[in-house]
Amino acid sequence: MAEQKKDVTIVCFSGDFDKILAAFTMATGAAATNRKVTMFFTFWGLNVLKKKQGRAWLGQGVMAKVFNFLMGGRKNLPLSRLNFGGISPSLMTGMMKKHNVATLPELIEAAHALGIRLLACEMALHILELERDDLIEEVADVVGVATFLNESENGHIIFV
Amino acid sequence: MMKLLDITKETCPMTFVKVKLALARMDEGQELEVILNAGEPLENVPRSCEEQGYEVMSIEDCGDDKHRIIIKK
Repeated sequence: MAEQKKDVTIVCFSGDFDKILAAFTMATGAAATNRKVTMFFTFWGLNVLKKKQGRAWLGQGVMAKVFNFLMGGRKNLPLSRLNFGGISPSLMTGMMKKHNVATLPELIEAAHALGIRLLACEMALHILELERDDLIEEVADVVGVATFLNESENGHIIFV
Repeated sequence: MMKLLDITKETCPMTFVKVKLALARMDEGQELEVILNAGEPLENVPRSCEEQGYEVMSIEDCGDDKHRIIIKK
């Protein structure tokens, strides 16, 4: 008989490469060991979900366009330390491949295959003037904090 | 025909992820042969499969720290 395990919700606030990697590692590990997993992306974390993986002038106003350009997409996530002008994530990915550790794109693909729910924060999207269409199709929903709290009521909440 | 999955070169969490996804793609009653390393994969992969209601038919030591387990969906 399957044991009832607590759900896991991971709040991805950070857009740092290493922290997002940790979040997806925990998420896929939890889902693969039979836990219901939700990932809620807000602010810097939204960069992971942008359809444009590089820098793009998204949004309508000048400020939003500049912010979105500077924040970039999945390919611009910086390492939280020793970023060396943005070269470190590529170096780190090379080291991960060498040691057979799943890379970020592989973990994101696994997360989708495992049925992990990816949610985007409505408020952060609003501030950055991003639309649902600016995000990857794997995003299940755009929600506010009340929905997020309701969905994670009886589970663990991990803040990254 | 039994499916074979070698996860000896994989690291956490892809060890569990690959087994879970392989089982999800199989039909009821089909068997999956998994080659895995001692340590965390050996301790947790069979347990995780049993939690999902699958049957772990056998666990066999292949030497060189590797093990073969047969899981029935």
